[in-house]
Amino acid sequence: MKITELFERGEFVVSAEVGPPKGIHIEHLLEEAKTYLSGITAVNVTDNQSSVMRLGSLATCKALLDEGLTPIFQLTCRDRNRIALQSDLLSAAMLGIENVLLLTGDHTKLGDHPQAKPVFDLDSVSLLHTACLLEQGVDLGGNELVGEPPKFAKGAVVSPCSDSVDAQLSKMERKVRAGADYFQTQAVYEPEKFIKFMEKASQFGKPVQLGIVIPKSAGMAKYMNDNVAGIHVPQEMIDELKADKEKTKAGITGVEIAARIIRECRPYCQGVHIMALGWESKVPALLEQAGI
Amino acid sequence: MLITQLKDRDTIRSLTAGKKVFIINCHGCREVYFPLEEAADLQTELASAGQVCGVVTTDYICNPENMELRFSKYKEQIEAADLVMVFSCGVGVQTVAAYLEEKTVLAGCDTVRLPGAQGVTPLEYDCGQCGECYLNLTGGICPITACSKSLVNGQCGGAKHGKCEVDSDMECGWERIYRRLEKIGRLDALNCPTQIRNYATDDEV
Repeated sequence: MKITELFERGEFVVSAEVGPPKGIHIEHLLEEAKTYLSGITAVNVTDNQSSVMRLGSLATCKALLDEGLTPIFQLTCRDRNRIALQSDLLSAAMLGIENVLLLTGDHTKLGDHPQAKPVFDLDSVSLLHTACLLEQGVDLGGNELVGEPPKFAKGAVVSPCSDSVDAQLSKMERKVRAGADYFQTQAVYEPEKFIKFMEKASQFGKPVQLGIVIPKSAGMAKYMNDNVAGIHVPQEMIDELKADKEKTKAGITGVEIAARIIRECRPYCQGVHIMALGWESKVPALLEQAGI
Repeated sequence: MLITQLKDRDTIRSLTAGKKVFIINCHGCREVYFPLEEAADLQTELASAGQVCGVVTTDYICNPENMELRFSKYKEQIEAADLVMVFSCGVGVQTVAAYLEEKTVLAGCDTVRLPGAQGVTPLEYDCGQCGECYLNLTGGICPITACSKSLVNGQCGGAKHGKCEVDSDMECGWERIYRRLEKIGRLDALNCPTQIRNYATDDEV
């Protein structure tokens, strides 16, 4: 099922993210996904997230699909040239994976193989353009595909609380023109900034899923403020996480904060995307508190 | 060692249509091949259409001090121009664009790499010699060398406080491009079609 069909029906689409392990055993990942994420619309599978080498996104998507979940195949331009990217898109379609999220990807220097060659032959915009070509039965080299062409729900990302939000909106517009069907955002901790962003972004007429990372601790919030692009956790939230250490450790405070952000932003967006970062077990409680 | 090739004539015609143009030719270093005849021919065409409000032919515009000195006496002509078109390698165009920060500065040439010893040593600006100069779409700031990922369709989400995710001392190239386009009133350049690099260029030389 394409998640675009749900947006079209006016449903509030919930997705969550899982990261494949560094190894070949995914029983734990599948178990967690089945236990905590089977009630939501779709599950994103990250593609060597943060440039750290792991089990492949495509293989993990197929395993989730076999378990009855709807995977979203994240595909980055960091590790593949245009031939490999197109080939992987065809492979996904052949395996019945219809939802894709097309990204530029973090630089190799940020990960655990900083010596690797960064590819970036295409980028998020030209990859969206390429996926559209494949849907029309032609590849980027101008050659025709054999038989029925693939069809995807093509997602893209945007960073609404970035300190260069105008440049982000301009990039979002380029992605829309290149064929993006829906957007998932970087984690939001400042609802007022997100709402302001949506006032401008709504002109593009594409569904946007609010990005949520459950804050696990004050330390994590501070780390993100110093190191993660497009994220700013306000001081009062950090104080809230500091206030009751036991409650924060149990995940209660983080879930409360995240649920509050979802409730505030919900009228302005078309869905939510939860990056639980190992706290998949908290997703059901979060959705319940957020009233979804 | 590098070669400059005149951009496609139709491209230059469409960039300059109805505009007053100040022309800068750099015949700087012997290590760079310059398309003398083709450039002169094109510039004659622009002049006969009454579009040229000044021409300066000089050398080593990649050296900012040298360039400022040479250009000081053309201030009024440059002021009167709608745009400045530079016929040089990519380093020269970027140096001029940074100097004339209120002006639209365009590249008349593509810069192509030629294997062998490097000619000039660029000072502040670098040209990737990619053979399909993007400076006309990016306000004279090279996305190939100013962006760690050499992205040609806008910024990634990796900049924090205006700095690149790879190097916190490096400004995000695309934020610089955005600010510059905003300053010269050319944000419409971001509406260009999706750009896709052509890595076959080297083989065609």
